[in-house]
Amino acid sequence: MSRQRTPDGPPPPPPVQKLRIRYARRGRLRFSSSRDFARAIERALRRAGVPMAFSAGFHPHPKISYAGAAPTGAASEAEYFEISVTERVDPERVRVALDESLPDGLNILEVVEARTGSLAERLQASEWEIAFPGTDPERVRAAVEQLLAVEAAPVTRVFKNGPKTFDAREPIVAAEVRVEEGPDSARYAILRVVVQHTTPVVRPDDILTALRSVADLESAVSPVVTRRAQGLLQTAPARVADPLAADKEAVGS
Amino acid sequence: MPGQSRFHELEPLLTRVSKPIQYVGGELNSTVKDWNIGGFGPGGEELTVRWALMYPDAYEVGVPNQGVMILYEVINERPDALAERTYAVWPDLEAELRAAGVPQLTVDAHRSVRDFDLFGISFSTELGYTNMLTALDLAGIPLHARDRTDGDPIVIIGGHASFNPEPVADFIDAAIVGDGEEAVLAVTDIVAEHKAEGSPGGREELLMRLAQTGGVYVPAFYDVDYLPDGRIKRVAPNRSGVPWRVAKHTVMDLDAWPYPKQPLVPLAESVHERMSVEIFRGCTRGCRFCQAGMITRPVRERSITGIGEMVERGLQATGFEEVGLLSLSSADHSEIATITKGLADRYEGTNTGLSLPSTRVDAFNIDLANELTRNGRRSGLTFAPEGGSERIRRVINKMVSEDDLIRTVAAAYGAGWRQVKLYFMCGLPTETDEDVLQIAELAKRVIDTGRQVSGRRDIRCTVSIGGFVPKPHTPFQWAAQLGADETDARLEKLREAIRSDRRYGSAIGFRYHDGKPGIIEGLLSRGDRRVGRVIEAVWRDGGRFDGWSEYFSYERWMSCAATALAEFGVDVDWYTTREREETEVLPWDHIDSGLDKEWLWQDWLDALDETEVEDCRWTPCFDCGVCPQMGTEIEIGPTGKTLLPLTVIRPDAQRYAPAES
Repeated sequence: MSRQRTPDGPPPPPPVQKLRIRYARRGRLRFSSSRDFARAIERALRRAGVPMAFSAGFHPHPKISYAGAAPTGAASEAEYFEISVTERVDPERVRVALDESLPDGLNILEVVEARTGSLAERLQASEWEIAFPGTDPERVRAAVEQLLAVEAAPVTRVFKNGPKTFDAREPIVAAEVRVEEGPDSARYAILRVVVQHTTPVVRPDDILTALRSVADLESAVSPVVTRRAQGLLQTAPARVADPLAADKEAVGS
Repeated sequence: MPGQSRFHELEPLLTRVSKPIQYVGGELNSTVKDWNIGGFGPGGEELTVRWALMYPDAYEVGVPNQGVMILYEVINERPDALAERTYAVWPDLEAELRAAGVPQLTVDAHRSVRDFDLFGISFSTELGYTNMLTALDLAGIPLHARDRTDGDPIVIIGGHASFNPEPVADFIDAAIVGDGEEAVLAVTDIVAEHKAEGSPGGREELLMRLAQTGGVYVPAFYDVDYLPDGRIKRVAPNRSGVPWRVAKHTVMDLDAWPYPKQPLVPLAESVHERMSVEIFRGCTRGCRFCQAGMITRPVRERSITGIGEMVERGLQATGFEEVGLLSLSSADHSEIATITKGLADRYEGTNTGLSLPSTRVDAFNIDLANELTRNGRRSGLTFAPEGGSERIRRVINKMVSEDDLIRTVAAAYGAGWRQVKLYFMCGLPTETDEDVLQIAELAKRVIDTGRQVSGRRDIRCTVSIGGFVPKPHTPFQWAAQLGADETDARLEKLREAIRSDRRYGSAIGFRYHDGKPGIIEGLLSRGDRRVGRVIEAVWRDGGRFDGWSEYFSYERWMSCAATALAEFGVDVDWYTTREREETEVLPWDHIDSGLDKEWLWQDWLDALDETEVEDCRWTPCFDCGVCPQMGTEIEIGPTGKTLLPLTVIRPDAQRYAPAES
């Protein structure tokens, strides 16, 4: 009486709609990892009762796909993922319900129905802001100029399968430094940088490593990093365009 | 200013430590209250009672702890009190905190632990003692209770390990034994009143008021005298008004305490990712090795409707996809079949799994198992026969026959399960190599049976075994623990017996814990006040996270113990592998667990005679002493009620329907 176990009952209902979602990771929740977020969003979807599509088999998983998460410790205003649902839904209602179900600091900013193309392919570049509290702003400005002046800035980072060395200079499409006044009325520099996504993706900590190796820039206080935007790379002037624009347009038409 | 958030000091350190999310708080259902939520009295007296609650292990282990979660919620429900949580920080953050001069903080509002009125620490296991010392030291609280001032919190412990608080007597101000939910509120009342009066007499008077209740143990109010041979002569109060024995707390009506109502949902990964509901407390099966079963008597069931409400509310509050029905032996609930069927019906089609973490072989049946896996994932089945031979199971009073076990696993393999896990202990009183080698025979019979009923070769059975540690307040509190080397030798023989038979190959897995950590656990479990010196020496030498094999150092514990205990003329063997006599004063005799010491001794003699004792839920009373002494009684169903189907848990399709359709 051999039996190959297969799940009883009918296959799970098929997905009928795909949603693309932008969210922010703010404040102390910048210390959450992409795995932490995945657990939080799965629970939030359950609490909110969103009619999720599940994979088949003994270990059904909700159909969620994540794209290019910011590193742990970085804040972000532009993180993206997609979900599939088994009943047609109003994206804005899902946005409100999901946002309420997530802890403060993980905020759902936009939900749009996927209409065209691949989201992952549109995430071509990121715009980052790196704040340097406790470091002389002119020192930061000079260091950034030095970095932009070099041909290549090799940096080494440890990956799962060992250390890898790659160039952190070439993917930098644009970089500028502005100076702001903090709450303690001390002046500090903010570096805004547009980085093209290459393999491996150059992250803000790689740029900090490059600033250290090229220009000896050391910061007494850990710099604070925020992703401002992620999406299509546009040049002249270099900027990052909304990756959901095409979907919004298609819905509107 | 006390009570200020120090997050701005912590934040820069977090970019340099692993898994920083565990230190930032803000979990779903967590609470931050105003530091002066209770206001002030006419003379400016503070009317707020503040608890810092600690589970002395890593966040990932501590955050799902039910005990801390319950206390956190019941205290925070009071308008005049607040509770925040703190956990053991990993050595990387400990070094950063020390370098930056940042103290032990709570995760909720990042307030300094030293700013609180009470620092409550819940010990499920003795292996958290060194982590308590780290937290005290980081907090800036003197390690020794006698060095503390009115500016320090009252350090108070609870949890199962507090049934023998003596090894940590020097480091704590007070201990509470038994159920915590009513007890912490009673303590909060006393502290509130003392503060409202302007804290007359400082911490000394406050501790006296707590001790006078008879339900709070203040070690400093007791002196311990020793005999020339090292045994305890007597433990006695050193001032009037302090009771000779301290009583445990027992919550009688679980339905009146449906906590946690709003379980914490951490962002960080934790060891139990599920919504847990305690379906009953206490156990009267009478397994002689089981401290939990002895000290939590009598049995008190939560009603089926109470369970249903907690599950429903908890799932809505958390979004967890698994419900754990907790207790010491969950299948023993008098209405377990109705409960599991009712819950499986309610959550049909929602991918919500049910689990019964502790299930006895003889209470298991396939109907139950099928209900458990109807909506969720079918994982392996786990049973704990504990002893390998029928003889040793009579000694420990775990009355599971080999035929019971075989019948159960046959049914499980027949119904499609492939994997069965079996838990055992090594080093039980009177045990010989032969008893342990029986485990190999049992495992082979399990595989033979499985192959026969399933018609497949790819079924598996895992044998998991660890060393037995005798615990206070059990019939085995007098027993000699098996030494580390002897334990390891016996485990090696078992491994050989399992591996040598090629017919079973990889069908039988073997997992074991070596005997060394068990000896240290044994030292801490049955230790007295002198063992505190060892704990402190180990901590000063760098001992941390003793429950983690990568941090635990047997050599460090043994060398510190040799030095610290030398002047008392005792050693680790004296505390662990020495059998005690009936007349010996045990370090925890003045802690009243409700069990009659004569009954425990009689049960110890019965164990040596291989005589079994039935479960008193279904048979006449055996006079363990708990019910009459505590004015309590066994509370079980059946209530005859069932769970009605719920429609509200269904995702409401209309809720998200597009406006235009």
